[in-house]
Amino acid sequence: MDYETIIGLEVHAQLLTGSKMFCSCNANYTEAEPNSHVCPVCLGMPGVLPVINQKAVEYAMLSALALNCTVSEYTKFDRKNYNYPDLMKGYQISQYDFPIGKHGWLTIDINGNRKQVNITRVHLEEDVAKLHHEHHYSRVDVNRAGLPLMEIVSEPEISSPEEARDYLMKLHSILRYLGVSTCNMEDGSFRCDANISIRPIGCKELMAKVEVKNMNSFKAVYQALEYESRRQRKAVKEGEPIFQETRGWLDEKGETVSQRSKECADDYRYFPEPDLPPLIIDKTWIAKIKEKLPELPEARKNRFVAQYGLLLHDASVLTGSLKMADYFEECVKLAGKERAKAATTWILGDLSRLLNASGTGIGDTKVRPEHIADIIKLTGKNTISGPAAKTIIEETFHTGKSVDDIINDKDLRQVNDISEIQDLIKQAINDNPKAISDYRAGKEQALMFITGQVVKATSGRANPVAVKEILIEELGGK
Amino acid sequence: MLENFIPPYNATVMEKFISRNAVLVGKTNMDEFAMGSSTENSAFFPTNNPWDTERVPGGSSGGSAAGIAADEAICALGSDTGGSIRQPASFCNVVGLKPTYGRVSRFGLIAFASSLDQIGPITKDVTDCALVMNAIAGHDPMDSTAVDRPVPDYTSALSNRELKGLRIGVPREYFAEGMQTGVTSAIEAAIKKLEELGAEVGRDVSLPHTKYALAAYYIIAPSEASANLSRYDGVKYGFRYPGAANAIESTEKTRQFGFGPEVKRRIMLGTYALSAGYYDAYYLKAQKIRTLIKQDFDNALQKYDALVTPTSPTTAFKMGEKTDDPLQMYLSDICTLPANIAGIPAISVPAGFADNLPVGMQLMGKAFSEETLLRIAYAYEQATDWHKRKPAL
Ligand SMILES: [Zn+2]
Repeated sequence: MDYETIIGLEVHAQLLTGSKMFCSCNANYTEAEPNSHVCPVCLGMPGVLPVINQKAVEYAMLSALALNCTVSEYTKFDRKNYNYPDLMKGYQISQYDFPIGKHGWLTIDINGNRKQVNITRVHLEEDVAKLHHEHHYSRVDVNRAGLPLMEIVSEPEISSPEEARDYLMKLHSILRYLGVSTCNMEDGSFRCDANISIRPIGCKELMAKVEVKNMNSFKAVYQALEYESRRQRKAVKEGEPIFQETRGWLDEKGETVSQRSKECADDYRYFPEPDLPPLIIDKTWIAKIKEKLPELPEARKNRFVAQYGLLLHDASVLTGSLKMADYFEECVKLAGKERAKAATTWILGDLSRLLNASGTGIGDTKVRPEHIADIIKLTGKNTISGPAAKTIIEETFHTGKSVDDIINDKDLRQVNDISEIQDLIKQAINDNPKAISDYRAGKEQALMFITGQVVKATSGRANPVAVKEILIEELGGK
Repeated sequence: MLENFIPPYNATVMEKFISRNAVLVGKTNMDEFAMGSSTENSAFFPTNNPWDTERVPGGSSGGSAAGIAADEAICALGSDTGGSIRQPASFCNVVGLKPTYGRVSRFGLIAFASSLDQIGPITKDVTDCALVMNAIAGHDPMDSTAVDRPVPDYTSALSNRELKGLRIGVPREYFAEGMQTGVTSAIEAAIKKLEELGAEVGRDVSLPHTKYALAAYYIIAPSEASANLSRYDGVKYGFRYPGAANAIESTEKTRQFGFGPEVKRRIMLGTYALSAGYYDAYYLKAQKIRTLIKQDFDNALQKYDALVTPTSPTTAFKMGEKTDDPLQMYLSDICTLPANIAGIPAISVPAGFADNLPVGMQLMGKAFSEETLLRIAYAYEQATDWHKRKPAL
């Protein structure tokens, strides 16, 4: 029997607001001493009351709109009750039945196949404190407690680990474009939990649903879901039961382990937060936020194809990251629209290789768009050769020197005046009699070889096109 | 649970008092977490009624009412979730006002039931009540449920000693069986007095859902309380059970030994009412009743400027008389808790005696009609001398 995989993802993104969700504490705690960004409200002291952070609401609205959600005109907050030492009030203020956004979708691409994944809801809640477990006791750092968290829940419509990864990357990219979150998976500002189950194809009922946690990178999400779908298929095949449970992904071991059985569903005893009146979001407010929507990755990708004539795949990679897309457009602005393809080649080729090899982000590299634009312009004018250009970008990457300086320092100006290299050509003809006879016997490649020898002798400065032309002339035409 | 806890912040009402140079005389006794109607649930000790020390002063703000009745201070604050200001005021022959929900900031008030709690004054007379209201009412950016609406000068409501043009309704459900006869006759006499002062009194008033108020209240209040009291887990402040083996045991034992029996009873009630499978039958139904009770008041108060009732069905009862029977204790708030459910203002003023024990008259009005209530209360007070009587101490 064939089985299909059903995955639903729950993403939590910390919002980049100045203050916390319900108090005025500074929300940027990354460098702060433990328990230095706290107040009676986020410490859950007796008698204190929450006040809604407007910025957080607007960020959630913006995100909901970007994800094609309907923004609810009537929304409210609810208490989610459970006890844990990292939860200051014994309940988390969240949103239950009236989330800020609902009924949205985003488009994923798998090998050129587009698929729409529906988004159930986008809602706001507050983060919890961080526990540091020591040998015999635990310490509580409340800096993170009360940070605004946006939860984005997909419908269980994702049918493979590849799709899950692409959904996450698309979502990540959109939130980065919106500037609502730093979206760092490593530091937990972008977290993903997954629900995964399998069922015989054609069957409507779901089998036991497993919740997977502790996935701290796109790769981990992919691997954990891959592992889990294999584990569940194997269990079914061998007649083993699949339990409804929470499993944790162990990156180093490459497997999921059971953490908690969920035989009895959690009862969070949700009820409306009486300390906060319902939040009414009127049409004018929604319209105002809508105006703030920037161009999103999908639209930008399509524009890149239409405006610059890029390949869909290249446009997709370039627009996957806001910074890379901006970088590309800056290059095009400097080098001219007609050189957009060349800019793409450099950015996705040599520059990406250098960035990946060194683990540098495109925002942090010394190679600025001016460098790329100069290189493109100079190669276009035959001032430098392709190989010289590669030398330049590498040098810039390490030193940040200007293209002109590097050309001068390394004497990389391309020699287009053939008289300068006539002697070298003659010598190459003399040195390679076999290649000459091969060429005369009709082997085109032999000509390329000799051209290469000449270019090499000039340390890459000779223009290969010019060299080839003169060679043909010297050898008495074709 | 909070015996040794000193908050690093002041309640908004305290800040307002302090900014007006008020002198804080002391903190008053009350039922633990405001859960009780007699102050016998105090985590420390019970408070006696100055009129008869064998009897309770009412509750939960029994310490405040007893303190004012015994002339220990000019005014006190109380918190009223189901009658905790008005019922003790009535038992102790003082004035107690529960303002409209949202009129006074709750910031710094240890929450019992957030959607019902209001802070209000307990004073010797209506004038002092109006003065305290001037000091504490108003919007607070720290409390999202505190309504942003101008605060009138409440003392200006006190210039008129006549009640001409005012219509006062007598809802029949509050004069049903189970009322102490001395209380009913005192209130009937008070109603006559209101008529003499020029008020038009109508007896065609019915609040048909009153009979469900107690049940709805004892779902909503404990439900909210069960969440509000979750924070007392010994992790951050207050009592922590010493020597627990792990975090779960620490929380469990802290709550087992840190809370009194009435508090634990209500936490359990609330937790149960909110549980999956029971939510619709209890919490949701209670909220529907709440809406109906509100509608009852809306209808009645369209025709009348205020409604008059006894504050409590009985005068102060004996200590220990109801401690073994929670339901009897809860019934003591039967006249007061509908105002909390509807969010409307209500005042209790001294209105005579039954068997030498004080009787309180309750006046309820539309949301934000404190001025009207103070005007009626003041005119009545000036025409009687009940408030001038002092307990023999
Ligand atoms: Zn804070």
